[in-house]
Amino acid sequence: MPVQAMYEYKYKPLDIQENFHGNQLVYIGWEQHLMFCAPVCLPLPPDMPFGALIKDVLPGVYGSHPDWEKVDWDQVEWKLDDNAFAPDMEAGLEDQGIRHKSVIRFRTPGLNGIEGTAT
Amino acid sequence: MAANKRLSLREKYQKFTRDLAWEPTYQKKSDIFPQTEFEGIHIHDWDKWEDPFRLTVDAYWKYQAEKERKLYSIIDAFSQNNGQLNVTDARYVNALKLFLTGVSPLEYAAHRGFAMAGRQFGGVGPQVSCQMQSIDELRHSQTQIHTISQYNKFFNGFHDWRHMHDRVWYLSVPKSFFDDAMSAGPFEFLTAISFSFEYVLTNLLFMPFMSGAAYNGDMATVTFGFSAQSDESRHMTLGLEVIKFMLEQDERNVPIIQKWIDKWFWRGYRLLSLVSMMMDYMLPKRVMSWKEAWEMYFEENGGALFEDLSRYGIRMPKYWDVSVKEKHRLSHEVWSIFYNYDHAAAFHSWLPDESEMEWLSAKYPDTFDKYYRPRFEYWRSLQQNGERWYNNTLPMLCQTCQIPMAFTEPDDPTQICYRSSEYNGDRYHFCSDGCKDIFDDEPEKYVQAWLPVHQIYQGNCGGASVPEVLEWYHLVDDQDNKEYLESPDRANWLRWKGLSDAEADREVKAAVNE
Amino acid sequence: MANNNVFIALQNNEEARPIIEAIEQDNSEARVEYAPAMVKIDAPGRLVVRRETVEGLIGRDWDPQELHINLISLSGNVDEDDDEIVLRRGN
Repeated sequence: MPVQAMYEYKYKPLDIQENFHGNQLVYIGWEQHLMFCAPVCLPLPPDMPFGALIKDVLPGVYGSHPDWEKVDWDQVEWKLDDNAFAPDMEAGLEDQGIRHKSVIRFRTPGLNGIEGTAT
Repeated sequence: MAANKRLSLREKYQKFTRDLAWEPTYQKKSDIFPQTEFEGIHIHDWDKWEDPFRLTVDAYWKYQAEKERKLYSIIDAFSQNNGQLNVTDARYVNALKLFLTGVSPLEYAAHRGFAMAGRQFGGVGPQVSCQMQSIDELRHSQTQIHTISQYNKFFNGFHDWRHMHDRVWYLSVPKSFFDDAMSAGPFEFLTAISFSFEYVLTNLLFMPFMSGAAYNGDMATVTFGFSAQSDESRHMTLGLEVIKFMLEQDERNVPIIQKWIDKWFWRGYRLLSLVSMMMDYMLPKRVMSWKEAWEMYFEENGGALFEDLSRYGIRMPKYWDVSVKEKHRLSHEVWSIFYNYDHAAAFHSWLPDESEMEWLSAKYPDTFDKYYRPRFEYWRSLQQNGERWYNNTLPMLCQTCQIPMAFTEPDDPTQICYRSSEYNGDRYHFCSDGCKDIFDDEPEKYVQAWLPVHQIYQGNCGGASVPEVLEWYHLVDDQDNKEYLESPDRANWLRWKGLSDAEADREVKAAVNE
Repeated sequence: MANNNVFIALQNNEEARPIIEAIEQDNSEARVEYAPAMVKIDAPGRLVVRRETVEGLIGRDWDPQELHINLISLSGNVDEDDDEIVLRRGN
């Protein structure tokens, strides 16, 4: 049963996409960089090109880490919602399957945090 | 005329409790107690409820009043003698800020919850027990507020705890824990709170804070602790009694109760991660490590308890083995959350100094130096250059426990643990299998979660910028939040104690437990 | 092998002192352990707190329920009447 209740209990979830003023939520995690204690949550326009995410948004999120300027974007391995993912830099988020509350995880081979300790 | 014979304890108890009950003659029992059946629990004979203590209301008032008298005279003395100046170090006071904003409101919620649950039980035994516990919990919230009010006169962050509990991001963790219990039925509420929280896990909340207070010179909180202790022993016996009663009433209750034990063990364990960080990072004079406390109070004590319950068909809670794996990491991961986001928290954070890191290294030989020391040393190098680092992007939260997703895979401390479910076309995310299982069992409940980060992005928290959100929290920037070393609390402490910077640091080193 | 240990833990203060003494007198197998601010008394299978013994030590009437003022914790099945409080486990 979807909930133990004395009556028909069914309401709109609090976090449906329409509640975010035209944005969708995207979660992003940089593997092996636990100085950032958890993945982040960002409200983004669904039509934002993936390239703009990398160029305009992520530096503000991760730029303070000493590994950031060494990232080779051609080598980065991406995961979208548990599956290997090859982002299209020109296409919008929604158009390439990045839905509301999708999780993007990226790994930067060779860059494993401060002194390689996953920090 | 012969004097009336005094009633024996047994007779008095019978007359004041059981004999006040009646069988309704003109209303259906199911109308008077409408919540008795919907959880699927079967009760055949309420008279089988064994009251652990035969406490009647007159005795209750007498002994509780005695405890109150003692408590308030000590609180008065503490206040008149500026007892707050006797704590080991002003950093300690941040543990009390966490307590007042996070735990004291739960006492009040327990007061309401036991009143609600007691009203719904069709038997006099649990009605009386719940009523007394409801009053106990109200007393606990009151005594905590009075006790800690002395600190509010001298330290920041205490001033609007009730307002903050309902709004601030990390406080949704304890708040949602109790909301979950209170919006469940009466049997689940008792399993969640009386059994799982007040019996299985109680030592992991009470002991760290009260011993922490004793070790750090906080006589006021120690006194509150003493005053509440015997109430707690009644609560513990109620918790054990309720679980045995339900298990003995009907075999069909067993799988339901097992499911609740699994759920509430996990929810309580995740909530206690805040205590793990308090024990390992926030006490200048440490009592023991989280790892040691978990081994003593859960692995050993809990193991014995569940061995006892196995004759009913109850086993250890699901994922208890994960809690054992995580004991080497929990406090470090959670302190990192608060170091990351302290610009938005109503208590200060700081880096452990070298002597404290030595203690952590000794207590956590398999993990501290390998996984956690590097970040503290890196952050220290930044601080020494005058830049105190903060994480400027809001975190992903677990849908169930609502903690930022900082927990790592049970078998890999370098890897964030990601779990997810789809429900009615939407995705939901969890920090662990434990939290995912809870969601999957009752998704309609958890899709209603008020997640602070999402609410901020929906515009429901005062605005889109951090200053606007802090104002909505009633959190005063540069006063209640951020780095301890730069705080008005510390500046005041040095002035009151007549300490220089170097002297203050020496005192901190000396306080660290060997 | 079944563990039938029972215990009672009391605050280590003046009020509890005669209670602790009474327990020691009435329970030959009790083991008393002192910890910061607390006294823990363990016994195999049974532990009794007897009104009469406490009254003899303090020189006034004593209600066993006064134990609640200084009680920290206990373990075992509780049975109480006007004259004593008993903790019991096993046969």
